[in-house]
Amino acid sequence: MRLVLALASLRRNRARTILAVLGVAIAAAMLLDMVMLSTGMRESFRQLLLSRGFQMRLTPRGTMPFDTEASIAAASDVTAQLRARPEVDLVSPVLGASVHVLRGDSSITTFALGVDPQAQGDYQLAEGRDATEPNTLIANDDFLRATNARVGDTLRVAAGFDPQLRTHSGERALVVSGRAKFLYLATRQLAVAIPLRTLQQMTGAAREDRVSLFMVRLRDSKKVADVTKWIRTALPTIDVISTADAMARVDERLGYFRQLSAILGAVSLVVGFLLVTTLVTVSVNERVGEIVVMRAIGVSRVHVVQQIVLEGTALSVTGAVLGTGLGLITARYLNTILSRFPGLPAAIDFFLFQPRAAWTAIGLLTACGVLAGLYPAWRAASLPLAGTLREEAVA
Amino acid sequence: MSVLVRARDVRRDYPLEREAVHALRGVSLEIEKGEYLAIVGPSGCGKSSLLNLLGAIDAPTSGSIEIEGRNVGTLGDREVTEFRLRHIGFVFQRFYLLPILTARENVELPMAEAGVSAAQRRERSSELLRYVDLADRVKHRPAQLSGGEQQRVAIARALANRPSLLLADEPTGELDARTGQEIISLFSRLNADGTTVVVVTHDEGLARAARRVVHMRDGEIVHDEVPGG
Repeated sequence: MRLVLALASLRRNRARTILAVLGVAIAAAMLLDMVMLSTGMRESFRQLLLSRGFQMRLTPRGTMPFDTEASIAAASDVTAQLRARPEVDLVSPVLGASVHVLRGDSSITTFALGVDPQAQGDYQLAEGRDATEPNTLIANDDFLRATNARVGDTLRVAAGFDPQLRTHSGERALVVSGRAKFLYLATRQLAVAIPLRTLQQMTGAAREDRVSLFMVRLRDSKKVADVTKWIRTALPTIDVISTADAMARVDERLGYFRQLSAILGAVSLVVGFLLVTTLVTVSVNERVGEIVVMRAIGVSRVHVVQQIVLEGTALSVTGAVLGTGLGLITARYLNTILSRFPGLPAAIDFFLFQPRAAWTAIGLLTACGVLAGLYPAWRAASLPLAGTLREEAVA
Repeated sequence: MSVLVRARDVRRDYPLEREAVHALRGVSLEIEKGEYLAIVGPSGCGKSSLLNLLGAIDAPTSGSIEIEGRNVGTLGDREVTEFRLRHIGFVFQRFYLLPILTARENVELPMAEAGVSAAQRRERSSELLRYVDLADRVKHRPAQLSGGEQQRVAIARALANRPSLLLADEPTGELDARTGQEIISLFSRLNADGTTVVVVTHDEGLARAARRVVHMRDGEIVHDEVPGG
């Protein structure tokens, strides 16, 4: 009966209730987006790092993956040493370089990854065959669009360019054997994957048997610390970045986003709270007579409080549910805009939907609804019956 | 007959800014079960204050009020609310039906509060709405009912939990003469069927219908008569 009364009270002034629900929905959408923003990018990055199961990245000492031209020498030996460890399941050596696709007098520069196709963790093949043969390449859609190439085409690709002489070096004919989605690259970044040996040969003596990065997958994630310790001893010129290390660095860099989203989320929550409190207070003030009569005919103070709190809660829950949908739509739109942020992997989501985020937003707003109803409810339930009835009669 | 209500030297003061208003100045009154009592007097004489005390929605400044042997002035909020729910029926001048509920739902409200099952509530509300000749208005909301019909729904609501005492504060005050007469007849019928009725009224017709009339002035009972007795 209390729920019936609460809902009927809300229906009494439909326009006002609808406007309040919309207000709460907007606050809820904002809150959800902020919760998604505060946790989404971190979680998205973690998922991306672990998407192919590689728990460790090995880079030249003092560098981050691909942030300098530095490379690791004697890559074959390092690979062999790593593969010899019983904890290691897979080792993926990667060489990063810029290559130039020659088209008459002009060229198109693209990022190239030299990979071992049997062990690579950088792309997912979408069409054609993997680049297992020498002098083949795998390209992403942006590259194929830019070069007007298709799977099966042969391209002339050079690894070096002298800007003064305007001549290319390390030139080869490479066959486009497949099309792939590259996991760690930014939106609209042109990219190809070339067999590691082919790319090393194209780049000449400077890159002979060198790689930019090793990605290492362990059989047991709990062994990361042990393997890290061994690498630091056995391979002192190499830095180890575990997923946990990478996440710690990401956390440092995302502190700004988290603070911003926490502040905006708190503001949304306060706005929602004030909106519901105002509406419930106004509604209670309008029906003081009814409430006092309910008390007079024997409705308990607790039940009056419950009914009014239910009104606030119903407003908040309805708004929160609508707001969840609205928040997901706006998050998708904002994600599209932010994913064009330069230098970030296209696979990173700023707003990653996690059920926990939605439940958090709904839960917080529901709690707000309960709290928002408490004050007007208690005020209404505490009205002196005889005095209020007298005032109502005079009014 | 046994005594249902016993008020002893009841005083009620309302504090104002500088001095207290003495609404009741030592009222003593006994009401027996099955009585039909009208309290009359000029405005401000303390009629409604006395009714509020008899209905346990206010507590006396001094003195005591016993209803069915319980001193209601000493009960805590939870107990007195429960007492009102189960023992007292209220009818107000302005009906005070909940506009968001139908006639049936309004009648069922006190029963729901008392924990009566939905089936029993439905049966009892149908019975009561038939009793007040509104069997065909069960699904109407107050705004769809005339003043007289609304007051009859309010009376049905007051009777929902079979109270031992029915209190009415100017029940015909908002009604025209013909509709008021219908309500007067209804109260007479209720009393004839065994309900103890106490009405506060300016309506001479309603007072005449009562079997006992208490006259008040300046917070005191000045005359207590049984017309024709």
